[in-house]
Amino acid sequence: MAENLTVPTMAEMMAQGKQPEVLFWVGCAGSFDDRAKKITKAFVKILNRANVPFAVLGTEESCTGDPAKRAGNEFLFQMQAMMNIQVMNAYEVKKIVTACPHCFNTIKNEYPELGGLYEVMHHTQFLKSLLDDGRLTIEGGQFKGKRITFHDPCYLGRANNVYEAPRDLIQKLEVELVEMKRSRANGLCCGAGGAQMFKDAEPGNKEVNIERTEDALETKPDIIAAGCPFCNTMMTDGVKNKEKEASIKVMDVAELIANAQDL
Amino acid sequence: MSYLDNILFAVILALGFGYFAMNVKKLIRNIKLGQDVNRKDNAAERWKNMAMIALGQSKMVKRPIAGILHIIVYIGFIIINLELFEIIIDGLFGTHRVFSFLGGFYDVLIASFEILAVLVIVSVIIFWLRRNVIKLKRFVNSDMKAWPKSDANYILYFEIVLMSLFLIMNASDYWLQQMEVHHYDEAGSFPISQFISPLFNGLSEGVVIIIERTAWWLHICGILVFLNYLYFSKHLHILLAFPNTYFADLNAKGKFDNLESVTNEVKLMLDPSADPFAAPANPDAVPAKFGTSDVQDLNWVQLLNAYTCTECGRCTSSCPANQTGKKLSPRKIMMDTRDRLEEVGKNIDANNGVFVPDNKSLLNDYITPEELWACTSCNACVEECPVNISPLSIIMDMRRYLVMEQSAAPMSLNAMMTNIENNGAPWQYNQMDRLNWKDEN
Repeated sequence: MAENLTVPTMAEMMAQGKQPEVLFWVGCAGSFDDRAKKITKAFVKILNRANVPFAVLGTEESCTGDPAKRAGNEFLFQMQAMMNIQVMNAYEVKKIVTACPHCFNTIKNEYPELGGLYEVMHHTQFLKSLLDDGRLTIEGGQFKGKRITFHDPCYLGRANNVYEAPRDLIQKLEVELVEMKRSRANGLCCGAGGAQMFKDAEPGNKEVNIERTEDALETKPDIIAAGCPFCNTMMTDGVKNKEKEASIKVMDVAELIANAQDL
Repeated sequence: MSYLDNILFAVILALGFGYFAMNVKKLIRNIKLGQDVNRKDNAAERWKNMAMIALGQSKMVKRPIAGILHIIVYIGFIIINLELFEIIIDGLFGTHRVFSFLGGFYDVLIASFEILAVLVIVSVIIFWLRRNVIKLKRFVNSDMKAWPKSDANYILYFEIVLMSLFLIMNASDYWLQQMEVHHYDEAGSFPISQFISPLFNGLSEGVVIIIERTAWWLHICGILVFLNYLYFSKHLHILLAFPNTYFADLNAKGKFDNLESVTNEVKLMLDPSADPFAAPANPDAVPAKFGTSDVQDLNWVQLLNAYTCTECGRCTSSCPANQTGKKLSPRKIMMDTRDRLEEVGKNIDANNGVFVPDNKSLLNDYITPEELWACTSCNACVEECPVNISPLSIIMDMRRYLVMEQSAAPMSLNAMMTNIENNGAPWQYNQMDRLNWKDEN
């Protein structure tokens, strides 16, 4: 199917004198990482389908500073934060949606004190609100009857108490949602948080993502659903390590919804 | 002459409470070595947290076996200590069971104390078995060697001995009541110790009185010793759990504080009209230190956290880094912080109230960078803690010191940060390519 995405930028919108309903904060992974770009496109397809007037910052977007802050570099974090806030405040951004729980957490919780006051939603929360408002319908399609387990991203779950939105969406796909032994507030990290994504692990006897993938495999899933580009990478690597990539897919909740409808 | 034991009792009581008060003062002084942080906002929510989490033990039952046993010991501790009022009055004035005028209600009280005492003994024995026979991983891992291991067991022995003395005291009292011995007027109901008292049959009144008095004195002295043991032990949590849950961070767990000292500098850097060569407003001011290398850099709530930690190890057992064999143990972070704070406190005591630098610090001498860099900041430790301690905030503050004061981040993280500085992404991609995905297939 030919790609036909409508992705206006804030600059274009402003030139036309328009204000979008929501700013889609794509994030670095969503912009550059080959796997995460698919999630970005899936989410945009859904936004297009639901006729949501959104815009992206495009080349005016920059790292939120989350990995710098978690690595201990508060200077770099605040530099990034203040520059991003200047850009977003200039566009009078009120509402932000992002598919990255790290961007979500940082903009939602750490930007306000620095002058960035926005309503921030994770893409699963936003999609749930579209569903509740009748702007989006979700059908099972190709996923009907499949076993799906959801891995809670730390920065969505424990960090911000969002556990139900992704699950509500998955259940709309008429699938069998199975929980891992450790889920919701007890969920185990994928191993990427706190800037671990960008470094090798300290010496130990196992990689965290393998431990978590084993949790997921115990549920005998057809699909491991994720809500974070980093978790996605870690779980995908884990599944490959277990040589299960032929039978088990790791997919973002947005991809599940978009693919179910052949968007 | 007959007032001798009452006077002795008063002296012991005064010494017991006096020494405890002295240590509490030291404890408060040490906690106040920490930096200021405002935790006085939102009092209603704070009281609620304290009521639910400390008083109501709501987070304990997340692990049901330990949780329920702990609630038994906790209720036993609180309820049985009501008896302490009577013991103190009896001791000071030479009365016998002074509250017995309460009649039927008194019977109910004493009976419930007895039943709880047995339940406490049973729970404590199970606790001991979990530590020493079943050897649950979180009780035997590398943090729990030497003193922490003995400390945990001493507490359990203390509780068994105190409860046993309580029951022996009641049993002999009951026996003397049955024999209508002078001073031992009938009072109380003894559902448990009535089965112990037949053991005294055949002994003379005098011997049983000695047993009763010995148990009574050992019980109250034991309680005073235990009270004074708290300051040196992880058992301090029975008191500090309350302020600790009250003053805990109320923000979403994902929100890490923004360093104000950094904000001021960054604002200056981003202000086009700022004069970089301007004389500083206050030339004598010591520049703020970024992050934490020693306990005095932490805030007072983090120090309170360290004294509150009871080393249960739920944090460590849920830590992804620890589960996969890394050196990081959130419990050890708290134990190290307390040990170092105690060391600093003793230094201050030894030097007339002033800290004399000892060439040691929390960072490196207690906590190594390897531990700090293993953290995924997943908040599992914070979520698990039954009294809302945050080991994560200490880890983050120490990372800040490593990075901002020492430029001592792992190489790969330095590369990531350089990328963010240069091209606004943790990887080496041009910011101008950020929207390329739109047109790729």
